[in-house]
Amino acid sequence: MDERKIRVLIAKPGLDGHDRGAKVVARALRDAGMEVIYSGLRQTPEMIAEAALQEDVDVVGLSILSGAHMTLVPRVLELLRANHQEYVKVFVGGIIPDEDIPRLLELGVVGVYGPGTLTEQIIHDIQAQTTRPEHQPNS
Amino acid sequence: MSLAKSIREGNRLALARLLTQVENGTAEGRECLNELFPYTGNAHLIGVTGSPGSGKSTLVNCLAFLFRHPPEGEPPRQVAVVAVDPTSPFSGGAILGDRLRMRDLAGDAGVFIRSMASRGSLGGLATTTADIVQVFDAAGYEVIFIETVGAGQAEVDIARLAHTTIVVESPGTGDEVQAIKAGILEIADILVINKADLPMVENTERALRSIFNWDMEDPTHHHPDEPSNVKVSRVTKGWQVPILKTVATDNEGIQPVYQAISQHLQYLYQSQEWLRREHIRLQSMLDLLIQNTLLERWQKSISTETYQKVLNNLVSRQISPYHALQILLDGDLS
Ligand SMILES: Nc1nc2c(ncn2[C@@H]2O[C@H](COP(=O)(O)OP(=O)(O)OP(=O)(O)O)[C@@H](O)[C@H]2O)c(=O)[nH]1
Ligand SMILES: [Mg+2]
Repeated sequence: MDERKIRVLIAKPGLDGHDRGAKVVARALRDAGMEVIYSGLRQTPEMIAEAALQEDVDVVGLSILSGAHMTLVPRVLELLRANHQEYVKVFVGGIIPDEDIPRLLELGVVGVYGPGTLTEQIIHDIQAQTTRPEHQPNS
Repeated sequence: MSLAKSIREGNRLALARLLTQVENGTAEGRECLNELFPYTGNAHLIGVTGSPGSGKSTLVNCLAFLFRHPPEGEPPRQVAVVAVDPTSPFSGGAILGDRLRMRDLAGDAGVFIRSMASRGSLGGLATTTADIVQVFDAAGYEVIFIETVGAGQAEVDIARLAHTTIVVESPGTGDEVQAIKAGILEIADILVINKADLPMVENTERALRSIFNWDMEDPTHHHPDEPSNVKVSRVTKGWQVPILKTVATDNEGIQPVYQAISQHLQYLYQSQEWLRREHIRLQSMLDLLIQNTLLERWQKSISTETYQKVLNNLVSRQISPYHALQILLDGDLS
């Protein structure tokens, strides 16, 4: 009965109302055998950190189209640390200008994915970043 | 400090991590469950089941909020929510979307929401849901909502696990009476017709009332619209299943459901039904554990090759299924 799954929280902080990209990623991760908590639109950083804690996730994926990533992402990272969840891997998807990417990575984000990123890439990176073994059928 | 102790003292991260251990069936998780078991048995377990999309999560959001902000004179309760969504049989992954509807509970330290995937279990619950509920119970959560997979079929499992089972239906799911499976009515302690803002609600209500009233008048007969092999009988002495209408998206009609839950709890205490249900719950937990453990043990004792070989012999009709069983169980491979 010992069964491990990678648990991922997909959240959309900020005020923009598009969650198509986030849903596509959520489905792709499910199809890769992960358990994806989908928490929907207009999440505050506080709501995201709270969900990450209650759901004991390994990974948080933030979808941000509003341009507010340089305030939202640091805040989420800060709250995760405050909850002693600094081990949680955070990736960011959406519209992120190239010049902001180094700073986000420096802050501790593990991956930044712009429009047109293949979901395979994201899946591969998450699997490489999480220590829990990959899903094996019938295990 | 032991994990169990920090959970008893309200450490939320420790709680979250133990829930994962328990869900994964690890040895550490089980040990901790043993330690916590003496502290269980206090929570009111409320099952919420019903067709997919009928509004279970939205209703749990409203009800949990009311338990946190109760009417004058009643104390707020510590509330946990365990929400189960289906695992994809193809990938083993899952999208857990119930939390999406529970926004009003965010930021409240008296609430803990945990989503879980059904992971291969065929019913509306995961095999470890009962264990997860125990952890919340021992952690001091007084009211625990358990939302099942919206399977649209008889969810006997939830009726066994919960003290109070709420069945949530919504109008316009095809043929009113046929669509609402008799089995699900059989397990309802409280029946909620959600989405009462939709046009077909009167039909749904009439259909449901006729089933229940008919049942009250003569529990030995079947409703004429029911398939005759299904018995609609929820005549627990002293409790009449209330049928309540809600619009969960507008927080309408929630108070009567809250009151029905309180009344049902009182009824459980006064009628010895609480003890009876605890008995049933623990017995079915024990039986399930035995089944799973024996199966696991047997699977470990037999190699895949042996199993395949016997299966091939069965397929080529050299042996019968009962022969195969005998060979596999007794390890008699001649
Ligand atoms: N019109 C109307 N829509 C509602 C009502 N309650 C919920 N909904 C909507 O119905 C949809 C499903 O609601 P959920 O609460 O997710 O239903 P559920 O039963 O938990 O769904 P599953 O867990 O997927 O089986 C959502 O779009 C809700 O906004 C209601 O009272 N009226
Ligand atoms: Mg739901």
